[in-house]
Order: sequence, then C-alpha cells, then structure tokens
Amino acid sequence: MADKAKLQLIKMTKLYRTGDGVRDIDLKVEEGELVTLLGPSGCGKTTILRVVGGFLNADSGQVILNGQEIGQLPPEKRPTSMVFQSYNLWPHMTVFDNLAFGLKLRKIPHATIAQEVSKHLALFGLEGNEKKYPGQLSGGQQQRVATARALILKPQILLMDEPFSALDAKIRVQMREELKKIQLELGITVLFVTHDQEEAMAISDRIVVMSRGHFEQTDTPAEVYDHPKTRFVAEFMGDMNFLGDGKGGFVAVRPENLALVAAGQGQLSGKIVTIMVLGHFLEIYMETPKGLIKAFMSREPGSGYKVGDEVGIVIGVHHLFAGEGDTGAGHLSEGAMSDAMRTGA
Amino acid sequence: MKFKGYVQAMGTKRLLEAILLTAFLLFFYGPLMNTLMIAFADKYSNVENPGFIPRTWSLNWWKFVLTQKNLVGSISLSFIIAGITTFLSLCICLPAAYAFARFNFPFKSVFQFSFLFANAFPRMGLYVSIGIIFYKLGLMGTFPGVLLIHMLGTLMYMTWIPAGAFRSVHRNQEEAARDVGANAWQTFRYVTLPLAMPGIIVACIFTFLNSLEEAQGTLLVGVPNFKTIPVVMYGVIFDYPSTAGAVFAVILVLPTIILLGVFRKFVGADTMAAGFKMK
Repeated sequence: MADKAKLQLIKMTKLYRTGDGVRDIDLKVEEGELVTLLGPSGCGKTTILRVVGGFLNADSGQVILNGQEIGQLPPEKRPTSMVFQSYNLWPHMTVFDNLAFGLKLRKIPHATIAQEVSKHLALFGLEGNEKKYPGQLSGGQQQRVATARALILKPQILLMDEPFSALDAKIRVQMREELKKIQLELGITVLFVTHDQEEAMAISDRIVVMSRGHFEQTDTPAEVYDHPKTRFVAEFMGDMNFLGDGKGGFVAVRPENLALVAAGQGQLSGKIVTIMVLGHFLEIYMETPKGLIKAFMSREPGSGYKVGDEVGIVIGVHHLFAGEGDTGAGHLSEGAMSDAMRTGA
Repeated sequence: MKFKGYVQAMGTKRLLEAILLTAFLLFFYGPLMNTLMIAFADKYSNVENPGFIPRTWSLNWWKFVLTQKNLVGSISLSFIIAGITTFLSLCICLPAAYAFARFNFPFKSVFQFSFLFANAFPRMGLYVSIGIIFYKLGLMGTFPGVLLIHMLGTLMYMTWIPAGAFRSVHRNQEEAARDVGANAWQTFRYVTLPLAMPGIIVACIFTFLNSLEEAQGTLLVGVPNFKTIPVVMYGVIFDYPSTAGAVFAVILVLPTIILLGVFRKFVGADTMAAGFKMK
C-alpha cells in the first residue's frame, strides 16, 4: 500500500513565528481518494494544504507526490492545482481566458485549448459563459469556474481550500454533490479542507480531524462519527452530550441515542425545558442532575411530550472518556453505564 | 413678499443649498468662463472696454497667438517633453512602487515619505540650488536637464498611486497564477500589472499634465534653448494684452480636459484614495 500512495507527507513540520502551525504530520492519500482535513479555524489544515501546493515551504519533513519529492519546488512547477476559498478568479480575464491561461503558458495549440475549455465548461454546466467576466457570474458559477480552471490542467492532485464556504447553504449542498460526482467520474485525487463537519461527512472517503496543529483521528466518516477516539472528535463531529461521571471522566452520548421513557425509569431523570420542531424531527432539551442534555426524536412518538414533563432517560450507544482530552475511549456495558451514572449522581 | 414665498416653497435648507451651489459654481467655473470670454474678445481693457462683457468679439487674438512663429514648436516640444518625462518617470518609479507595495525592507516608510520632499519645498528655492549643481554638471540649457527638472515634480504621483494600485491586487490572485504554472515574471505581466493598470494610468495622466504645465523649472534650466508652452505664456502675459494670455490659457487647458475626459473612469475617488493610502 505504501508505494501506491498518491500523496505522502512524512514528518512534515511548518511552524509560524507565533508558535502556531503543524508538527510532524504524516499523511497518505491514495489514488482516486477524497481526503478531508477537518477542524476549527487555526487548527493548521490550510497550512498543510498550502505546503502541498507550494505556497508555504515546510520547515522539515517530506512532501512526496507520485513517489517524487516536491517539497522544494515552487507552485508553478508542481503538478497540483488549488481551488481557493475566495476563488481568486482573475477579474480582468473572461471565463474563457481564466480557464485557458494555464494552457497558454504551456504553449498548447489554440485549437486544443478551445476544445479543452469548452469540454470543461460543459462538464460544469457553464456553456455560453465564455465571454463573461467573473464579476458577471453568481457565486456558484464563480466556484465552478474556479474548479474547472484547476481541473483543466489535469493535476495529479486537486487541493481545495474551503471551496464552498462563501456560498449559501442550499447551493453549498448542491455544489458538494456535483463535486463528488465529478470526482468519481474523473477518478481524481482530492485533498479537501473544511471546518464544516457535515460537508466533510458528505463527500469524504476519509476524514482527518485536526485540532491545534495535530491529527486527532483519521478514519472513514462513519467510523469518525460512530467511534470518536478523543473527546475533541466526539465534540466536534455532530451533536454530543457529555455527562460527568464525577471522577473527571465523561460519558458521551449522541442526542439520537437517547430514548425517553416514563418518569422513574431509565438511568437518568429529567424535566423537559424546550421542544424545538426541526422539520422531520424534534430537538428536546431536558434539565437533569447531570446538566442540560439534548435528545432527538421523531415527530410522531415525540408528539405526546410537552415542556415541563418529568421523564426518564435511557442511554443507548455511548462512549466513555477518562479525562480531559484523554484517548481513553471505551464502550461499556449497560450495567457499567448505570454504575457510572449512579456514582456521579 | 414674493421672495418670502419662494423661501416658503423651497424650505430654508434647500435655499441654503441653492446659495451654496451657486457660490460653488461661480468659484470653480467663474474664472474658466471669464478666461474663455476674454479669449474671444476683440479688445478688453479698462480704457477701451469699461464694461465686464466685451463690446466686440473676434478671433483676432487666436490668429495672433496661432501665427506666433515659436508657438507650434513650443506646443510640440511641450508634448514631447511631457511624453518622455512620463515614460522615464514610469521606468524609474514603477519598480519602486512595486517594492513599496510588496516587499518589506528597513526604513520603508521613510523612503516612501521621502518621495514627498520634492513637493514640500518652495519650488523656486529648490530649483535654484539644483541649478547650481546643473551648472557644474553642464546640464544647464540641455534637454536632459529639462527632463530631470520635470521628473522631479512627478515622482510622488508615480510612486504613491501605483504603489496603492499594486497593494490592492490580492496576493491570492497572484498565487492562483503561480498555481496554474506562471513564473514570477509571467504572474506580474499577466495578472498583477493588468489589475494595477487603472492606478498606473491615473499616475501617468497626472505626470503628463504636471509636466505639461511645468514652467518655473523649465524657465530656469531650459531657456533659451527649450521654450515649452507655459514658458512662452509667461512671455506673452508680460508683453501682450490679457486677451492673448487668455487664448494661451485656453490652449493649455484643452489637453487636460481631453485627457481627464478620456480616462474619466480611471480617475475615481477610490483609485486616488488607494494611491495615497500610507502603510
């Protein structure tokens, strides 16, 4: 497997003068894979992307693409293409020229350029916009032009730096579906950066969850969601209730893994303080001896509850974390769970 | 009573605005209109024409000015000098402007500020001391001497405005060019320079006009070999009636108006503000 990796970072370190940055990063991206670097702003995900693209030079370590060390090459010599957060289309060039610029620099014949440009415009549903300037396009169209501009050069790896973050929620969802489709169709390798965990879940083959310059967990979206290895991951991916066990540790349980039963039953008792209708499901907040906790419930079974009701809470699938940021993850039985709850109560 | 009615109808605020606007128009366009009027007067002096408006109109003074032997020569000389000054100033200042915009070096703001010095001193005093150096270097009465004097006054425009223009080109857009395979020069040539072009054009217009109107330095360094329009105008104003001077003024104002008209879209408040932004 090791020699099949498209992109490989080995012990890559890049630190800024402020002390921020990334340290000893090891990462492998396989051919045709879409890997997402996910984390809050300032966690170093963009730094890694910019090191791969050549816009930053690593302090130490290796950047290997197709088995070749590219860490010392300037961006124009690297077979990588970047889609920037703000698209960075050239406002003085038409859509055609934006796409053609890289090909012109490579001295490709005009006929071939025209052919390639129209092929890529068609791929992104942009036919007829050749003569428009970026300023005359909508945000979604600008994003498509930026991605087309990167793909037209047939990069070995496509780097995407929060490409959809400037778009409306609805278009954002549409764009990521489009990207996934094109990525599978062309079989391109993508390194994707985002702070949006939903986006990461939707498009990635693997997700790297990052925090403060290091990797917390690298796994498939389902694995990261179902089996978070650290408290940070548990907190960052989706919704999670953290219930103190009174010994510095926590029981982490997702709102959809809580069930409401009659008062006096279940491992916890609570009182409903808020019920929010969020489309096809309800979000119910309950005051419990462990603090405020949140449960998701379908509309139908949830219709019988109202604010102020005393309820019992059954805790389903959950995770135990020994202490602050510790990786002591484990899955305890129901019995052990109840013990943990009782000692804390 | 009638006036009171007007005030009632307009409101005091509107009336004040109207008065202010009138004063403003008079202040700005009054001298221009006056010059234009005098340029077409036959005779205009207290003795022959005691009123404000000339009694007889004619193109006599235009005929007189345009048939001056040295006039066509001085017009073309003015434009040649302004053109070369703009080009040389561009060659010298554009790299400096780029450096101010993109690189950090010690005493950067001091250097940038120093481009203002030429405009901070009283011109004549500055020219006299420069004249002493020019004498020693044999530049007095020479074409390069005149060019140097002209360039002196344009350094500020040519550095500050393009520096602001370069600064307003996002680095990300340059990075995007590098990413698709452009080297540093190609990035500058195809992305940075075109995006900064409006600011550079504004600077060129200012430089050109500034050089076109430069009189004091040329008078000191260039005369008698090089007589530009403003220099000739000094002579005409001293030696002929004010009508001839007015004709000259109109001729001199024409290129300014044409240039500003043609490049109106570049000469915006935003471009100017960007140009003079200190940092």
